[in-house]
Order: sequence, then structure tokens, then C-alpha cells
Amino acid sequence: MDPTLPLTRRIFLQQGVTLASLVATVPWFLEKSALGMLGPNMHLSSQSGVPQERILVVVQLGGGNDGLNTIVPYGADEYYRQRPQLGIAAPGSNNGALELDRAIGIGLHPNLTGFKELLDGGKLAIVQGVGYPNPNRSHFASMDIWHTATTQGRGNGWIGRYVDNACNGSPQADAEIAIGRTAPLAMFGDLHKPVSFENAKLFQWTGKELPTQLEGSYEATNRAGALTGVAAGSQAAFLMRTALDAQLSSDRIRGAMDKTPLVSYPNSQLSLQLKAIGAMIRDQMRTRVYYASIGGFDTHGGQAGAHGNLMRQVGDSLLAFQKDLEAQGNDTRVVTMVFSEFGRRVKQNASGGTDHGTAAPMFLMGSGVHAGVHGKHPSLGDLDQGDLKFTCDFRSVYASVLENWMGAPAKKILGGAYPTMKLLRA
Amino acid sequence: MINYSTTPLGPSNWNAQTARHLLNRAGFGGTPVQVEALRAMGLDGAVDYLLTFGARATPAESLAGEPFDPSIRRPLTDEERATFQQARQSNSDAAREQLQKLRNQQDALDRAQMQEIQKWWLRRLIETGRPLEEKMTLFWHGHFATGYRTIEDSYHMLAQNELFRTHAVGNFADLVLRILRDPAMLKYLDNDESRKGRPNENLARELMELFVLGEGNGYTESDIKEGARALTGFTFEDDTFRFAANNHDGDRKTILGQTGNWDGDDFARIILSRRETSEFLCGKLYRFLVNDAPGMPDSKSKPFVAALAAELRKQQYELKPVLRMLFRSQHFYDAANRGAVIKSPTQLIVGTIRQLGTPARELSSLNAAGDLMGQSLFMPPNVKGWDGGQSWINTSTYFVRQNLAVYLITGLRPDAFDWDADLATWDTSALEQALGRATGGDASKEPDALLDLVLALDASAERRAQFRAFTTGLGGPLTGSRLVAALCLVTALPEYQLC
Repeated sequence: MDPTLPLTRRIFLQQGVTLASLVATVPWFLEKSALGMLGPNMHLSSQSGVPQERILVVVQLGGGNDGLNTIVPYGADEYYRQRPQLGIAAPGSNNGALELDRAIGIGLHPNLTGFKELLDGGKLAIVQGVGYPNPNRSHFASMDIWHTATTQGRGNGWIGRYVDNACNGSPQADAEIAIGRTAPLAMFGDLHKPVSFENAKLFQWTGKELPTQLEGSYEATNRAGALTGVAAGSQAAFLMRTALDAQLSSDRIRGAMDKTPLVSYPNSQLSLQLKAIGAMIRDQMRTRVYYASIGGFDTHGGQAGAHGNLMRQVGDSLLAFQKDLEAQGNDTRVVTMVFSEFGRRVKQNASGGTDHGTAAPMFLMGSGVHAGVHGKHPSLGDLDQGDLKFTCDFRSVYASVLENWMGAPAKKILGGAYPTMKLLRA
Repeated sequence: MINYSTTPLGPSNWNAQTARHLLNRAGFGGTPVQVEALRAMGLDGAVDYLLTFGARATPAESLAGEPFDPSIRRPLTDEERATFQQARQSNSDAAREQLQKLRNQQDALDRAQMQEIQKWWLRRLIETGRPLEEKMTLFWHGHFATGYRTIEDSYHMLAQNELFRTHAVGNFADLVLRILRDPAMLKYLDNDESRKGRPNENLARELMELFVLGEGNGYTESDIKEGARALTGFTFEDDTFRFAANNHDGDRKTILGQTGNWDGDDFARIILSRRETSEFLCGKLYRFLVNDAPGMPDSKSKPFVAALAAELRKQQYELKPVLRMLFRSQHFYDAANRGAVIKSPTQLIVGTIRQLGTPARELSSLNAAGDLMGQSLFMPPNVKGWDGGQSWINTSTYFVRQNLAVYLITGLRPDAFDWDADLATWDTSALEQALGRATGGDASKEPDALLDLVLALDASAERRAQFRAFTTGLGGPLTGSRLVAALCLVTALPEYQLC
């Protein structure tokens, strides 16, 4: 072959991306992304199987989820003393909690029937009393703490550091995808910046919608890769390659979304996000971490109804997602982790709500989790200024997921050693 | 062969192309008419015009200052403080809730004001007649990065922004001393909580690592600890700096080998006296203004940076002579440095409006787009500021960038497929006239002329051929809706992301 030919583009146009990826002279960036575009039957042998192919899905509950009305400590009289109206009754009563552990006296919010089914199927792990020292009650500050995995909330994100660490120095296109307008700080690494989109339809050029026919020329210019005469290491060449990557990602992602899922999802915000993630996983994308997030958990007033609806949404969406993954045969590859930036104060306020608090439960869902309740429910009798004292540092949960699921060096990524927990069967 | 010389560009090389390059980098680009005006001034005249903006009045009346409320985040009154304390002690629900309500109100007001300040700055960026002032204000914002999300005080963010503007092309040493007295910075890096016996090292560390000396430039952990002691007592009260003498550690410290009863100013003086400081800052200016490809400045451009640094030391940190040297140099105008900077989201937004003369559309939508592209003004991701360069670009920000341009040119919103684009909403006649001047009326030259007017670098022969094929298909001269269509396509070229 003539080495001066712009192989990338020509071969891509003539033979498609799979062949292009096998050409040794293809620039690394394109090569990486081209590998990412390989179909399910095209796996390179070194890339198949665990643990490289494992996936983490993070679900963020923004606003501060009321942990005490999620995992209900119905056995503690103090719970009902502090929450005379908001407290959820014991199992068996009208609108009572769903039984979780009679011996400890804890149950699930009555709307968490999805969680109940997951627990019964051995697919859900509950980690009790998760928090961190010197809790910060500002939404932003506490979220930053969770995202950076530092108690100052400074620096880049823990997931970004994970993908940076996993890629051997050269960023991989679409290594992490957030569904939403913007990606969370958690996903920003030094090398990797997350891909994010609210709706796959918007993950493309809007100029196609204009009355003048521009699409053909747009495609020609944006799928051309690096043009002849453009220096290989130049900024222009980088942009031309990224333009091609973007078109390929867009094709791939929108194509994945066009397929009807194998199970039906409820019609809720979180459900739609998980459905999109399920579609991308089914399409064998090489994305390692997906991120979904919903808000509305900042229930300062009139909490009962609003929080109940959110609990229904969370439980039903996650159950549908798990069933989808099982139908796809991908359930053994995926763990989903659910968190919120803080829990809420034990005592209800005068507006039928609860104020910002501290420790709260986290959830891990998947066919590879050690199902059941982990850790100790924080004591309602030993509070710090009206708030629960955390019994488990959230970085221990991160460390367990990194170490035992993603096969990554947790200590390096988290910048410190946190004891791992037996949350995963891997 | 790349020219690395600091020698001024010869008059024969000063033309519309070099003038456009200067305006892109020392500002946010401009219309063909503005570029021509700059060209007519000659190199020295143009550089002086951009640098000595202080002599010109603040551009538009609308920018003279908005009535922002300095007291949303006022300190508690004595009465409120007493109520608060009582609420804490008595566990009184009512009092606690009242306080919470007050706080929530303040939070909401302050966030709303922050959005207004974001819009205010963006408008200023778009409308200013002193582009270098805003460009350098943006540089300092990224350099001394402070984030609203952490300090949650919009007025302090505004005050810091004005500080950067006042010192935009002033004296770097002065700016360092001022930033050590800036409430937003003191809060952001926790120096307001740093006191004798338990110093907080945040500010001292970043002064060394990110702000003045540069990472790895010959300081130790012990220097940071000692520096933190020197900074104890540098705090603020309401909107003003305060030296809290009783919190200051007045004992002896040793910083970079110098021992004395240093305070924060002494600490700054000691690190400013190091040669590495000038080289660190000039390296950063080089990436911001000349070339931000990975690894820049490289070993070949290091001597150029060293020459800037020598000038900065000679001028005792006065920035104007250094910027003058940079903007006149042959190296700055070398073809290798054209289109060698990836537009920041702000550069892309402001530059598209200023260069093409599109309407600004909705400022709040533009700020939202900036956020989607990874640059929300007043909210840098962390104390390192924005990494810049290739880190701006990935497969999703790439589409947002293209769609932002479509939005500015046509009104088609990037966040919805609602058809509200109106191709006739702006007057393209100025651009048409510029095209006419560039082609001498020869319509066959239009596609090349448009690429030359809009792109920062010289488009390759292959790109020119593609674009000519496209414009031929439009079936008429590049006017009206055909010009709008052509602009949508030019701004969607990968090369458009460069300046």
C-alpha cells in the first residue's frame, strides 16, 4: 500500500470500520475508537470475558434521599417518636413497610416492591449507614465529596480516575457515558472527559434539520478523517479524527436506541435513562461506566407523597433494568450502584418534610452481588446534633466495586486504602 | 521550518490574515471590517491598540455595571445570631425552621444573581470594545480558578472578576498580592479557617503548585507547611479582607531557604523572587495565546518562552511589555501557530457572534451551551481551572459545538428539535459585502474566500474542493439563505474549532 494514502478515511469508506481497525498505520485514536465499534462477533480474543468487560452503572438520587423512609427502622420506637406523621408503619399494617429483616426490625418503603422482588431473587445488596466524617449538609459540597471521593470535595472524579487508570495512557472514546444534559464531576478524569447526552436524538448535528440539503456535504466533511496534507500530530488532525469518532458514536448509539427493548420499562424519568443504558449494553458497546441521575429527593415539605412516588420510580425502574439485562444475558456483566449525597434528619420538620441529614443506605444491584443487608443500621438513640452517625464510609463501597468488580486498584484510584466489603460474589 | 524568533514580524508579512490571527488570539475575533481596520494600523499600531485599552472609555453604557446586590450573603445581624444560638441550644423547631427558611431564601436569591452575573459577563465578552481586557480576565479566571459552587457567594465572585479585569494586563506580582486578599479565593481555599496552631495548607499549596511557582519547581512539603503558617490570619469579613492578628502565626518560618517571621505578603515575595515563576507563567500564557497542542511549549519553543520570561523579570512582572513582545513576534504569526489553539467554549460562543455578526440569541441558552461544552463561567471544575486544548473535545462536546453554531446562525435551538429557526433573522449583508471585496465580484472565488474569512487556518486543497462542490450545488451566489447554509457547513467543519 502507498503509505502516503490517508488510509483511515479511504479504507473506512470502502470497507467499513472493522477493516480499518486492523490497519497498522491507523492513528491510535481512531484505532481505539474503531475497536470500540466492533460488533458482538468481532471481539478480539484478548478482550473477551471477565473482568475487562464488566460494567458499572451508577444511579444518582439528587437532593438527599430520606434513608430512614427507604429502609424503615420500624423496630425502633424512637423512629416513630421523631416522625409521628412521616414514620412508615411496621409490616402488616395499612401502608406498612415491606418486611426486610424482622430480627433487626427493618423494612422497605411500601412502594419498593421492585426492591423486594430483587431481594427475593438474590439481586440486591443494601449497605446500611453510609456516609463520611464531618458530614457536609450542602447539596453541592456533599455531592462533590461523593464525586471526588475526597472529604474536601476537590480534584477530579473517582470514575474519571478509574477510566484513566484502565486505559494505559490513551483515552478511549465513549469509555464512560452519562445520560443527562451534563456529565457529573465523578466522571471527569485527567485524560477522560465523559460523553453525555440527554436524548440520543440530540447526539447528532442539528443542521440536518435545516431546509437546505446539507447532510451529504456534512457527512462528507465530518466522516473524512484526517485529510491529505494535514500534519499527523496537529490539532486539525485531532479534530478531524474526533469528528469521525463522533459520527460513528452517534450512528452506534442512535442505532442501539432504535431497537425495541426485550422487556417493557415503566414510563418514568429514571426508567427511560436505564432503558437507554440497557440498549447500549445490549449493543455490546465498550463503555465501562454508565451514569443515570434523577432529582427531587430534597423533600423539605410535604414529603410523604413525593417521596413515595420516587420510591416507586426507583424500585420499578431498577427491576425492569435488571430484567432487561437478564433477558439479554448481560446480567452477569453489570452491577448497578445507587447513592444519594446525604440522607435526611431523623426528626421530621413542621412542614411535613425532613431537612438535610447525613448517613443513608446505598444499594448494589446485579446478578453478581451478595444480596441482603450489609453493615449496621445507624443507631437512632445515638445522634450527632439530630443526625445519624455513619457506620460505613462510602469509599469502602467504592473500593469494593473497584477492587472486586472492576478489577481495578482501588487504593490508587481513591488515593487511600479503604477496607473492602463482601458485597460482590465475583 | 518553524520560526521561533521573538523579532517583530516584518511589514511585508502584516496583512489581513495576520491581523485576523492577532484579533483571534488577543480577543475573540472580529468581522472583516474590524480585521481590516486593525490591518490598516500596522503591526505596532494594532498591538498597541489592543494593549492600551485603558485609554479608551469603557465600551458601551450597558456594560458600565449592573445593579447587583452585594448583601444577599450578608453576615447575620446580632439579633439573628442570638436567635440562631438559641435555636441550637433549645432545639426549638420553630426558630430552627425560621433560620432554615432565611438560608433557603438567601440560597435561591444568590443562585439567581449568579446566573445574572454569568449573563452579564457573557454580554460584556460579546459587546466589549476592549477584547484583550476580557480575554485576559478569562485567563486569570482559569489561572486563579475559584468556583461559585464551593463559596456560594455571587457577589464575591463578581468582585474577583472585577479584580481580574483591573489587573488584566497589569502587574502579576500585584495581582498575586491582591488575590491573597480576595474573599472569594480565601473562602475557596479555606484560608478563612486557617489559624495559628492548625494552619490550613490549601492556599499555600496552590500558590506554589498552580498560581505562582508551578508544580515540581523546587519546593518541598515543608515549604508548603511553612507557607501555610505565614498565611494564617489572612481572612475576610463580609466583603473585605481582614488581617486577623490573633490568628496569625508570627513565629519564624523557613520558606525556600529564607528564614524570618514571614506573613502572607513575605511568602508571596519569596516565591515571586524565583526565576521559575516567570517561566511557569509565560508557559501558561504560551498555551493560552500561542499553541495548546499536547506537550506545548515543546523543547523547540522553550527558548521563546524563556525570552518572554526574561522580559517579565526585567519588567518586574509588568505584563504589557511581555504581551507586546509576544504579539509582535515572528513566532506568534508562524503558520504552525495558526489554528493551533482549540477554541474554548467561551471563545467559540463569543467568537462566532463577533466574527460572523450573528445575533447573540438567548444569553441563558449560550451559558447553558457553555456548560454542555465544559466551560461554565464562574464555575471552573476545580482549582486547576480548565485544562484547555484537546480536553475540550470529545464526541459529545463536538456535536454541541457544531449545534451551538447552528443555533447562532439560524436560531434552531440545540436542545430541541422544535422548528423555530428563521433563516432571515439576521442581516448577512456585511458578510456578503466582505465576500464581494475578497472576490472582486468573481462568484467562482466565493467558496475559497468564505473559508479564508471564517477559518483560522489555511484550508487544505481537499477541503477546498469539497466545499466548492457543495456551494456549486447551492445553485447561486453566496447570499441570503445560501450564505446561511454555507455558514452552517463551515462552522461544522472540524477546522472551525480552531483559532
